[in-house]
Amino acid sequence: MQVPILKQGGYLIASIQSVLSDADLVQLRDNLGERVGTFRSRGVIIDVTVLDVIDSFATRTLRGIAHMLKLRGAETVIVGIQPDVAFAMVQLGLTLEGVGTALDLEEGLAYLDLRTKRTPVNGN
Amino acid sequence: MKKKPEFKIQNITHPSAPLADYNDPLLRELVAHLRQNRTQLREEWARRITDAQLLTAMTKEEIFSEATSVYDNYVEVLETGSVEALQAYARNLSERIIPRGVETHEVVGIVLLLRDVLARSLFKKYQGEPELLNRVLDAYEPAANRIANTVAVSFVQERERVIRQQQEAIRELSTPVLQVRERLLILPIIGVIDAQRARQLTEQLLRGIRGNRAKVVVVDITGVPTIDQLVANHLVKTVEASRLMGASVIITGLSAEIAQTLVTIGVDLSKMNAVGDLQGGIEEAELLLGYKVISTAEPAAGTGTKESKS
Repeated sequence: MQVPILKQGGYLIASIQSVLSDADLVQLRDNLGERVGTFRSRGVIIDVTVLDVIDSFATRTLRGIAHMLKLRGAETVIVGIQPDVAFAMVQLGLTLEGVGTALDLEEGLAYLDLRTKRTPVNGN
Repeated sequence: MKKKPEFKIQNITHPSAPLADYNDPLLRELVAHLRQNRTQLREEWARRITDAQLLTAMTKEEIFSEATSVYDNYVEVLETGSVEALQAYARNLSERIIPRGVETHEVVGIVLLLRDVLARSLFKKYQGEPELLNRVLDAYEPAANRIANTVAVSFVQERERVIRQQQEAIRELSTPVLQVRERLLILPIIGVIDAQRARQLTEQLLRGIRGNRAKVVVVDITGVPTIDQLVANHLVKTVEASRLMGASVIITGLSAEIAQTLVTIGVDLSKMNAVGDLQGGIEEAELLLGYKVISTAEPAAGTGTKESKS
């Protein structure tokens, strides 16, 4: 199942709707890479609220997306990781280091506002 | 109705112990003897308890009155063969004396003393007739053993019940998650953290973050004396899991021992935000959240003069 990517101002929001296969994740990565360029987005939010399992492949892909988008000039923030999922991930040593995380969509937007304002790229 | 309690008794006492024949005429004679010498034997027993320095938490009068009740119950068990009344009494007694710090060995000790006192009196009575003495003891011993067993088991059961109750209470009270400000939670932890409590703590913290939409959590472990490697690792994992949920954790009140443990097991300290005490932790959290605390009181006299001078 494909992940819808919504444009919200200068940001893109990828809202995951159901359990994703590995292929779906790769598809998401490719789509985001392309859209960030098209819309000249400054930030990307990936909402994983519905996922009740985030395995090593998903973690690696999400981290890959974040690093890739950073190189394309956009900040990435993962939002909505559930308590049980968070702890299970840590137990497995999957910590998403170097990737921004926030509680939910609202917090994610606030996080991006803060980060993109601070980065002195074309703001001043 | 009548069968149920009987089953319970069988369960509590040793199932393979031979049941004494309570219609044994010898046992009846025995009971009569114990009834006759009630006052004297009771006093002897109370005296022996004091001599052996048992039940030091109780006064002499209390010991004597409890001794009387136990003695009467004891004789009744010998007579009827039913330990129900004694069992109930032992439970009740345990309930009363456990909070006063009476130990298991004391309870077992006094019952064995009574057994000893009564056996001695029997020896004295049947001194001249070894044949009869043997038969009396054959009747007396199993019953006495059973009584001692019942009392000790009742005491231990009562004690375990109290312990269970207290554990439950501790578990319920153990991890409060408190909101101090919008987006700021504190978790004061007091007492030893074992693996189970650590798990519970993590769960409560992560749920608290979601429930209160927290951005910063201050975990205060001033009241934790030591932690082992397992729990320390768990703590670090909790910090990382919190980050995945978008909250940063500040640990405060790390004692020297705990800090040492963390260093020894090689925890990645770049992920741990540690501040000396709770006050410092809350100030740090306010900084992260963008709060600024301003005193609304009048400026102190000292500061005022200083300012006017400069």
